[in-house]
Amino acid sequence: MLNRIGLLIIKDVKLALQGASDTGMTFVFLLLACTLFQFSIGPDQTLLIKVGGGVIWVVALLATILSLERLFITDFEDGTLEQYFLSPMSLVFFALAKAISHWLTTGLLVIISAPIIALLYSLPNEVFLPLFLSMVIGTPILSLIGTLGAALTLGAKRSGVLMPLIILPLYIPVLIFGTLVIYNVMYGHNYNSFLIVLIGLLLLSLALAPWATACALRQAIE
Amino acid sequence: MQSLKIKNLECNRNGRSIFTGISFDVTPGRILLLSGKNGSGKTSLLRILAGLMPPKAGSIVWGDKKFTDKRDRELFSPLYIGHSNPVKLGLTVRENLIFWAKIFGHGLNVDAALEQFGIRNHSELPASYLSEGQKRRLTLARLALDQPVSTLPSLWLLDEPAWGLDPEAVKTLSNLAIDHVKNQGMVIISTHGNNLDELLALNSDRYSLTENNC
Repeated sequence: MLNRIGLLIIKDVKLALQGASDTGMTFVFLLLACTLFQFSIGPDQTLLIKVGGGVIWVVALLATILSLERLFITDFEDGTLEQYFLSPMSLVFFALAKAISHWLTTGLLVIISAPIIALLYSLPNEVFLPLFLSMVIGTPILSLIGTLGAALTLGAKRSGVLMPLIILPLYIPVLIFGTLVIYNVMYGHNYNSFLIVLIGLLLLSLALAPWATACALRQAIE
Repeated sequence: MQSLKIKNLECNRNGRSIFTGISFDVTPGRILLLSGKNGSGKTSLLRILAGLMPPKAGSIVWGDKKFTDKRDRELFSPLYIGHSNPVKLGLTVRENLIFWAKIFGHGLNVDAALEQFGIRNHSELPASYLSEGQKRRLTLARLALDQPVSTLPSLWLLDEPAWGLDPEAVKTLSNLAIDHVKNQGMVIISTHGNNLDELLALNSDRYSLTENNC
């Protein structure tokens, strides 16, 4: 089973890297969105530092959604999804593999971009490690919930509009605890408890999201 | 000899009845050719048999065992090839075939399979270079890799497999199907009456989905 999951991940990452324009688009989007925030806020450095943590997380959520819309569509249209359904591999593992590939092609990019954005917003140096840790724990949650949203809207008309409506409310806890980590560091408080909450959310979504995604995919196939 | 018995199968899609009262037997060692007009339900019937969708009513029985869900179908390790070609354009022809062989646990004699379908000389090219007919050949090359792992007969469900194929590839396909049933496998093929029907005539039975089934 692990071999099959590995095969799926390697195939998806390889295909994603071949369509490097999509991956590049996510990176450009991240930087562009942060720059736009800066233009709208103005040159007030104190204000930039204050909003920086929130901006990083909001932009991370939006970048994740950007790449979700086509997560299952190609597989659905060319009959690949049917074949996965018929294969000896459970759809739950397929959903998990999809979430991991999404994280590898988008989540990692968000993690790499986060320090650059933190620099743009002049966040203090002590923020970098907690920011990195919160992103490492938080972005897999975004991918797991995102795959569920993509599966639920698979085959639906206007899925591009419907999907954010479904998943953005589910992203709110990650956004709250992710930004709390950054602000607690900035104000000299302990942030460990918020990281633990994020770990809890990750475990919860790891247990539930692939299973729910598999159910949604089964509905789409039938 | 035991056979796969399909009894009074009914199918509804979006509240519309596609067919009712479908009953036939599939015997190991024989090919069943499904015919019928467009929209008569051939694809839905194959999808039900593959476990891709549930029937509204009816049963699929092997001996004393009733098949109700996908897990039961796995005993027959059904190999379903639908209308579309699950070919990833960014991977090479060989990578595509190896990927499916590993996912399904088939044999890895990929070169021989590609040779059989006349696309071995394209094996290192991205699949995006292939024509539609060649993509169909690549999809069907999986049949040449199928190695049943079950003690029960392996079931092939082929939905208009000859679509887009030239006569040479149709001949290869018919030879594979005949070889499969000679090894006590079962094959169900939906067809619109073409060269493939003629090539399989000696080894096949026929079932027609008519207006009586609607």
